[in-house]
Amino acid sequence: MIWQFDLIILGLLIVAAVLSLRSTDLLSATMIFGVYSFLMCLLWAEMAAVDVAFTEAAVGAGASTMFLVSTVYNTTRKSSD
Amino acid sequence: MTVTEFIVSRLNYWIYIILMMIGLFAMISKKNLIKKLIGMSIFQTAIILFYVSLGVKEGSNIPILEHSVSHAAEHGEIIRAEDYANPLPHVLMLTAIVVGVATLGVGLAIVQKIHKEFGTIEEPEILAKIESGDG
Repeated sequence: MIWQFDLIILGLLIVAAVLSLRSTDLLSATMIFGVYSFLMCLLWAEMAAVDVAFTEAAVGAGASTMFLVSTVYNTTRKSSD
Repeated sequence: MTVTEFIVSRLNYWIYIILMMIGLFAMISKKNLIKKLIGMSIFQTAIILFYVSLGVKEGSNIPILEHSVSHAAEHGEIIRAEDYANPLPHVLMLTAIVVGVATLGVGLAIVQKIHKEFGTIEEPEILAKIESGDG
C-alpha cells in the first residue's frame, strides 16, 4: 500500500460521490457514479485485493452502470434535487 | 503520536465514515428515487472499503504464492504470512459486491414499475397522487 496513491484516490472518491449526488441530470449522475466505481476498483487493486478489484470493475462499474442507464432511458432524465 | 499521524495512519477508516454518511444522507434526504439508489450503492461500497482495509498489512504483496509449497521447501525458502495481505475479508466482500448489484437491480426494476404506474419518480409527487387516489 502506497499512502500517497491512497490519499489521491480517496480524495477523488469523495469528490465523485458528492458530484454524483448533486447533479440534477440523472444521466450525468450515472456516469459520475461509474467513475466512482472505477476509482473504488483502483483503490482495491492498490490495497492488494486483486480479486475484489476485477469483480468491482466487471460487476460494479459495468453491470450496475448499465442498469442505471437503462432505467434512466425507460423513465425520465430530469431530477428535482 | 501527533494529530496528522493519527489521521494519515487511519485515513481509510476516516474516508469510510465520510462515504457512509454521504450515502445515508442521500438515502434519507434525496427526493428522486434513482438518487436514493445511488446513495444506497455508495453506502454499500463504503462498508466494503472498511472490510478490505482490515486485510491490509504494511509492505505486503497480493495473496498469491509464486511457487508451490513443496518447491519452496526444496529450495529452503520460508513462506511468511506477513508478506501477504489477508485474503479472508477479500473473499467475504466478493459476495457483498454481487449482493449489492442484485439489490440495485431489484430497486431499479421497482422504480421502472412505479414510473409506469404513476408517471413520475419523485417521491412527493408519488405521495400526492396516492393521497388524491388516482394511479
